[in-house]
Amino acid sequence: MNLNQLIIDSITSSTTNVFSTMLGVELAGGQVKAEGPAPEPNDGVVSFIGIAGTWAGTGSLSCSPHMACRICSALLMTESVSVDEEVLDAVAELTNMIIGSVKTDLETQLGPLGLSIPTVVFGRNFKTRRAGTAEWMDVVFNWDGEDLLIKMCLAPNEKAHAIHYVAAHTCSLEI
Amino acid sequence: MEFDILVVDDSAAIRKILQRVLRQTGMAIRAIHEAGDGQEALAVLADHPVHLVLTDINMPKMDGLQLLASLKASPQLRNIPVVMITTEGGEAKVGEAVKLGAAGYVRKPFTAEQIKEKLIGILQPALPL
Repeated sequence: MNLNQLIIDSITSSTTNVFSTMLGVELAGGQVKAEGPAPEPNDGVVSFIGIAGTWAGTGSLSCSPHMACRICSALLMTESVSVDEEVLDAVAELTNMIIGSVKTDLETQLGPLGLSIPTVVFGRNFKTRRAGTAEWMDVVFNWDGEDLLIKMCLAPNEKAHAIHYVAAHTCSLEI
Repeated sequence: MEFDILVVDDSAAIRKILQRVLRQTGMAIRAIHEAGDGQEALAVLADHPVHLVLTDINMPKMDGLQLLASLKASPQLRNIPVVMITTEGGEAKVGEAVKLGAAGYVRKPFTAEQIKEKLIGILQPALPL
């Protein structure tokens, strides 16, 4: 099995497992898609975690504000109606669990890897851009008609990649 | 016998989840204290003796492994069992935790049943505070 397939399989199993165990939600999908060459505009919540070791990269979760509130409500058994600190914390922790599980799977092939503390961006009309040429592995899940995107980029450490968040036009970000 | 437990995690979400999960286990729990990192945990323990510490590994200021080492170095606190709750399923950090004297570890994501199973095995022989 090549590394990309291992990443995709691990993202799929880790995400469905975390949602099932922690949220009591059975996710649909796990549809793989290749990222287009142009950076895509994003509105909503994006959480990302750095991965470092002999290989390095980034794991990321993206969803709408509405889905972020639903994640928080299911995870904490509260009623979240707007994106606040609790919602961002819940999304960060969910990302940590998913990418952490993927990292553990990858360590069997790649050796020890470390994770950074998650960072969450919430706002409108921002764009994501990455340096480097390594391919992102994107897996899209669906929860009651809304998409959840989990993606990962990984390369040998000497070609470690970074992800940059670039504001476009008027941009309101709460971090 | 009722138990006092300290939950240590920099994520308020995880602390809240653990509060709920611990209550769901049906164990006799008197109090669940919280701390956001290892330093806060030591401050809490100075005022509130507990039967068990549940701690994350990756935290700012003082991480779970440093907290574990501090507890084991303290004559007053070294007998408190420490369970690591972490996404770090790799051998390196788990091995380091065991070497430092962790009573066990639970990987995220976790179920109430997994937490209960781990805690009962550790707390059954616990002595009164």
